[in-house]
Amino acid sequence: MAVNAAIVGPGNIGTDLMYKILGRSNSIDLQRMIGIFPVDESEGLQAAVDEGIDVGTDGIDSVREHADEFDIVFEATSATVHEQQAPVYEELGLFAIDLTPAAVGPYTVPAVNMDDVTNSGNNINMVTCGGQATIPLVHAVNRVADVEYAEMISTISSESAGPGTRQNIDEFTQTTAAGLEEVGGADEGKAIIILNPAEPPILMRNTVYTKVPDTTDVDDVRDSVAEIESEIQSYVPGYEVTLEPSVKDQDDVGFDLGDSVVITTMLEVEGEGQYLPPYAGNLDIMTSAALGAAERIAEHSAEARTVGGDADD
Amino acid sequence: MPMTERDVRLVDMTLRDGMHAVDHQFTPEQMADIASALDDSRMDVVEVSHGDGMGGSSINYGFSAADTSEYLEAVVPELTDTELSVLMLPGIGTVEEIDLAVDRGADICRIATHVTEADVSAEHFEFVTDRGLEANGLLMLSHMEPPEKVLEQAKLMEEYGADAVYVMDSAGAMLPEDVRERVGLLADELSIDVGFHAHNNLGLGIGNTLAGIEAGATTVDGCLRGLGAGSGNAQMEVLVGTLEKAGYDVTPDFFSTMDAAEDVLVPMLTEETMPELDNDSLVLGYAGVYSSFLRHTRRVGEKFDLDPREILVELGEMGVVGGQEDMITDVAASIAEERADEAEADD
Repeated sequence: MAVNAAIVGPGNIGTDLMYKILGRSNSIDLQRMIGIFPVDESEGLQAAVDEGIDVGTDGIDSVREHADEFDIVFEATSATVHEQQAPVYEELGLFAIDLTPAAVGPYTVPAVNMDDVTNSGNNINMVTCGGQATIPLVHAVNRVADVEYAEMISTISSESAGPGTRQNIDEFTQTTAAGLEEVGGADEGKAIIILNPAEPPILMRNTVYTKVPDTTDVDDVRDSVAEIESEIQSYVPGYEVTLEPSVKDQDDVGFDLGDSVVITTMLEVEGEGQYLPPYAGNLDIMTSAALGAAERIAEHSAEARTVGGDADD
Repeated sequence: MPMTERDVRLVDMTLRDGMHAVDHQFTPEQMADIASALDDSRMDVVEVSHGDGMGGSSINYGFSAADTSEYLEAVVPELTDTELSVLMLPGIGTVEEIDLAVDRGADICRIATHVTEADVSAEHFEFVTDRGLEANGLLMLSHMEPPEKVLEQAKLMEEYGADAVYVMDSAGAMLPEDVRERVGLLADELSIDVGFHAHNNLGLGIGNTLAGIEAGATTVDGCLRGLGAGSGNAQMEVLVGTLEKAGYDVTPDFFSTMDAAEDVLVPMLTEETMPELDNDSLVLGYAGVYSSFLRHTRRVGEKFDLDPREILVELGEMGVVGGQEDMITDVAASIAEERADEAEADD
């Protein structure tokens, strides 16, 4: 049985998510798209109307009014708005999937920690685009070797970096670094983001470095990474490891590595190109991961028969 | 606030851009010795940090031998009239690092972005100006965009609160005319100071700096003995001598600056770290590639048995920007794979 959902925030992310749900999800039924502007002033709401989806134009008031229609809310507004609305979702017994950097709930990466977070409350946070792309790889390395330090470099096209990212770029690096540690399992995490203005726009690409003991078996690491790559591809079709784990030792770096080596892995994310252009893999991976999380919650609820607490009982 | 009647402010980055040349391995003690010599020479400003700015210590750019606070704590007691600058690149460092530098006594914070991406720096300028430091904006790889675009981005930084904006020739790819056009336009259109930062990859480090000053730059960068990423920056002691000879008033003492270079810095360098305009660094300037890619590209070239020059040319064609050092391995791996496929096809 499908689980009913609403999207709050009909911007680029919310609209892309709507098309993904409509296009490929059997277990999520989109009931409503909610914004704060009239339909004729909102491209996203207009798109929802065109797809035959009901809309709301009064923000959180629309959520309250229609709360009996859905169990899951996708928050695609902003961190500040989510901080204000999260208690309302809680009060209404709705399960919130937060695509903003607010991080009211725990960092969630579907390929890594879905079970832990759905058992812990009714609000989960999707970290950052770079986090969704790289945290699973750190986790994959860490489950076969002890990751002392993990570093990710995310390069995205300037075109796909919206005003939210640009005005608060520190939030991206700090949140992603925290996710590398808390979800990826690294003892220490570091995140770097680079914007590249080349035309035509480049695909989102990421490099993951992990520092591990020099006794690590690289074949184990490669197998573990290959396994998680297919797990991620089940919800992010455009995800691809472009350089499989390879080792840098002391001769390959200009600093002292001690008894460690560096394992380098690279990946690209190509967007589906349905609503957003293919180069915007950074946005695509957020909406794909949010949908992946919702579908896992739906599976969970098919087993447990409850979603978002006991409000329906 | 000039200490003297100077025409041009000189910023010595031996302890920052120079860090690239030594793989970020200066010790705090070495930094203290160089800072002390620069203070003796009455240098206007010294800049201290990892080559890629505070927060740059990483696998991608190389871990530095010590952390930012250890370096600043070593340098600060050596400085009397010389001002202390730090560098930060949004996306690599954060305001947390700026906060630390303010607490340790930095006077100036320079915030660098790619020449088209100034709008990622608003929050950092706000933080720096709120804390009462001089804020400078650096537009990296300025050769990649026409003068009008550089101006548009410089105006954003001015709006965010910058006290000066620099045209950064991060790849050492500009000809004197490129420098004059960009610096001249900014000097005409902005109400704040304009700076210029050279790399010597085409042998134009000093010449371009003079061109920048003629076009209106009032603050310029250099390093002792021309240390710095790629073939190095404008050679500071040469700059002091040349500017004096050209009739400009500058603060540093010519002979003392030469002494700082030859007696203090040079003994710390090896044949391998001594600045040199060799074939690989020449190609940086020719292909327009960020100068700090040089040493990383050499190491990767050795690993994949490739000529560093062909990796650099390919990177230049792809339009990589500062910070994308991870692309070196990516490009080298693809070239090596193509080679292997070709070799197999020949068998």
